[in-house]
Amino acid sequence: MPQPDGDRRDGWPLWEVFLRSRNGLHHQHVGSVHAVDVEMAIENARDVYTRRGEAISIWVVPSASIVASDPADKDELFEPALSKIYRHPTFYEVPDGVSNI
Amino acid sequence: MSATSEAVLLTVADSCLLLSHRLSEWMSNAPTMEEDIALGNIALDLLGQARGLLHVLGDEDELAYFRDPQEFRNALICELPNGDFAFTTLRLFLVSAWLESVWPALVTSSVASDVRGVAEKAVKENAYHLRHASSWVIRLGDGTEESHRRMADALDALWPYRGEIAAHDWYDRVEPVLATATLTVPDRQAWTQRSSGDGWHTEHLGCLLAEMQSLARAHPGAKW
Repeated sequence: MPQPDGDRRDGWPLWEVFLRSRNGLHHQHVGSVHAVDVEMAIENARDVYTRRGEAISIWVVPSASIVASDPADKDELFEPALSKIYRHPTFYEVPDGVSNI
Repeated sequence: MSATSEAVLLTVADSCLLLSHRLSEWMSNAPTMEEDIALGNIALDLLGQARGLLHVLGDEDELAYFRDPQEFRNALICELPNGDFAFTTLRLFLVSAWLESVWPALVTSSVASDVRGVAEKAVKENAYHLRHASSWVIRLGDGTEESHRRMADALDALWPYRGEIAAHDWYDRVEPVLATATLTVPDRQAWTQRSSGDGWHTEHLGCLLAEMQSLARAHPGAKW
């Protein structure tokens, strides 16, 4: 398995950390930690990223499991969307009472 | 509050205060950045616990910064120098295993409500300290040849300091973790150090206090 960039410390793998700040929201990526296994990854994520009450749930994922798009493909992947402003939800009013948008 | 319960609170408060200071000595020196923050978090939890109890017992600054070594009533194990990382994590484990009984007892016993408030918060904090320290004891004990040797050496050095913190449930909590860590579980009956209850301490407390108290003594009453 290819090792992610920044892997060091005699091979301590890198883990991506996702936090959910409250019920009803989705987990969001906040950063990464080094850890030798899942237990340490959860503990390190807790200690590094939840010191100010940021989360009620933590996900950790091995960075090596992340599949990323190739930066060289950005024109063909993303450029076509830029000209399609009608896809933005700016042509109608969001009703009162709809939250988390 | 009875004299006995004040003595118990002072022992817990001083133990948390000094262990907090020892852990704070790791700041910027821990093996990894993540662990550096973890030890800092634990040190801050312990400091908060100590402050909460000292505040009940009197003026917290007066008690922390203007008592001399013989007036401290901490468990001796908390004042020992950090040693290596194995020693530090094993000491944290042994002390957390003690506090795991102390805090629930303070919640249920009929002490002042402000003590109960400190204890209720501390129960959750200590559960994490115990978990974090246990995982390191197992990792290092059941790790490489060198990490096992260091953890075994730390156990040899710390076991004689269990006298003030070890009760039946402490052994029941500690021994399975040591066994999982592939360490030889020492004898419950082995010799142990005398209590600090009468003001006896190791030579290390004076040096610790010289650093911890120097600023407050150089500038008495200073405000941030």
